Amino acid sequence: MSGLTLRNVGKNYGGLSVMSGLNLDVHDGEFLVLVGPSGCGKSTLLRMIAGLEDITDGTISIGEKIVNDLPASRRGLSMVFQSYALYPHMNVRKNLAFGLQNFKMPKAEVNRRVAEAAKILQIEPLMERKPRQLSGGQKQRVAIGRAIVREPQLFLFDEPLSNLDAELRVQMRAELASLYNRLGTTMIYVTHDQVEAMTMASRIVVLRAGKIEQVGTPQELYTNPQNLFVAGFIGSPKINMLETTVTERDGQLVASVDGFNEFTLPELGTSDRSLTLCVRPAAVKIGSGAVRTEGRVRLVEYLGSETLLHIALSSGQVLLVSSSTIHSLHVDDTVVLGFDPTDLHYFDASGERVQTVQERQST
Amino acid sequence: MRRFFVRNAPGYVFLTPWFIGFFLLALGPILASLYLSFTRYDMVASPRWVGLDNFEYMFTRDRRFWKSLEVTFAYVALSVPARLAMALGVAMLLDKGLRTISLYRAIFYLPSLLGASIAIAILWRQLFTADGVVNQVLALVGIQGPGWITDPDTSLYTLVILAMWQFGSPMLIFLAGLRGIPKDLYEAAEIDGTRPWRRFTRITLPLLAPVIFFNLVLQTIEAFKTFSSAFIISNGTGAPADSLLFYTIYLFNEAFKFFRMGYASALAWVLLVIIAVFTAIAFFTSRYWVHYENDRD
Repeated sequence: MSGLTLRNVGKNYGGLSVMSGLNLDVHDGEFLVLVGPSGCGKSTLLRMIAGLEDITDGTISIGEKIVNDLPASRRGLSMVFQSYALYPHMNVRKNLAFGLQNFKMPKAEVNRRVAEAAKILQIEPLMERKPRQLSGGQKQRVAIGRAIVREPQLFLFDEPLSNLDAELRVQMRAELASLYNRLGTTMIYVTHDQVEAMTMASRIVVLRAGKIEQVGTPQELYTNPQNLFVAGFIGSPKINMLETTVTERDGQLVASVDGFNEFTLPELGTSDRSLTLCVRPAAVKIGSGAVRTEGRVRLVEYLGSETLLHIALSSGQVLLVSSSTIHSLHVDDTVVLGFDPTDLHYFDASGERVQTVQERQST
Repeated sequence: MRRFFVRNAPGYVFLTPWFIGFFLLALGPILASLYLSFTRYDMVASPRWVGLDNFEYMFTRDRRFWKSLEVTFAYVALSVPARLAMALGVAMLLDKGLRTISLYRAIFYLPSLLGASIAIAILWRQLFTADGVVNQVLALVGIQGPGWITDPDTSLYTLVILAMWQFGSPMLIFLAGLRGIPKDLYEAAEIDGTRPWRRFTRITLPLLAPVIFFNLVLQTIEAFKTFSSAFIISNGTGAPADSLLFYTIYLFNEAFKFFRMGYASALAWVLLVIIAVFTAIAFFTSRYWVHYENDRD
């Protein structure tokens, strides 16, 4: 059993509290991604789990065991660093073996594990090379190999792909995913790239300013964001946000959004009248939709399988529309665009999700 | 050619003071000493060409020459590792605990600034005389201290201790080197369960090798040239019993006490060759133990 449990974890630097009352359960064998903007505390959290930073409050348990006071080396985990942290004066083989030798492991076992990791990661021809003779992708593999040989209960990854170019990043992402499938070990992965998070995670933890905003599967976060921050952070291209004031007329809620005609909303579980309506670019349609308006095309980004349109409304606000069928629009064209209220996400003035009464009844 | 001068003119302008100093004050005496090393010259009569006589006498008959070499080699062998170890130790302490306190850096560097001065050597002599402060302190705890600088068995070690104390400049270079080692490597080592001593020998030392090498070469040259501290403490004689007869003191005395300028010049050139040989050895062996992050294979 190698799940991980955080209870009321807090971290202060001097008088400055960067994290407090954080609770999280990482299930055995899951690929958990910590994601958030720079400075949200995701790397700090990972380092606290690793034992590289002390925690100020709370407990961290691996399996049943509280590891607060256990040094990093005795927590049964491996970590892959953003910089790879390969020892520059040792060749690949020595880099892989170094950690095992620290634990006084018999030579035959060290060799077996090193050979196995080299085989899994296809770095056998590189074993006698020094890190400086390796490409970025190869270094990354060696760094992962160094984590694998330890046969840990828990893998920690600190933005491991952010130093790679775009193409290699996609390739390594796939390789990491297949490595995870092969090993089945619990992995905790930190990234600021929500695409990485969405594509690799069993579950995602969205962090902001040292607080967990939402935990869920990629799908849950995409279809059911619990607050405005998560709605805006998850999903690419970014979700459209429309400020609105809701009035009640003849027993129905009527929304007035700048640039749109008034439209009725489904029954909402809030009395708040100042709402933010969010709609994904893929849910905005050209030429159809129950709620429509006119806009002028400001920018056309042709991406091959889809086209991303930036359309300015009469209010000045620009909506993003992604379409896989419309490729014939040009800048300055006037278009009709619209959406269905069922595709809307509702958030109250404090940014929390508002469920429709129908949604509430169905859950 | 013209373009070369035009482009590099500002550099040469800035170099001018050094060039003037070098050509007027240094190059002449250097070449003159090379010539004088093949002559007999007492500063009164003109130099008389004697061929290799000076060198032959030095290597075959001059016992004090060999004695001075012995003293100097012993001093280099002891003081260089001792000073480097001290410098590295203090640098590691500063790197760990007192990172932000630049005041300490300045304080620790102070002895090195003062160290070259005559005053410190005089102070050292006071501290280590038979009834000096060191022995008084030892007496308090019931230990009869040796005659640090009067006993030929201990005098050289007293100077080695003085050398150790002047660790400032290699320490600063070590400190810069230590800060250049990525923190990630230590964290990776921590997760890998590397014990402190192994961390030091397998990570810190290898990654510091270029800096160690640099300091080693510089300090070795420095140690071979040691003069003022030994001169003050031995009253310029190399006493007691020639135990502080450093090569430079022997050279100085030959030149300015006995006015054997030809012979002293020969001694100077031999010292130059010795230093060059040691530096060359360091460079040739360095490929086996110095790892440079960015060298090309």
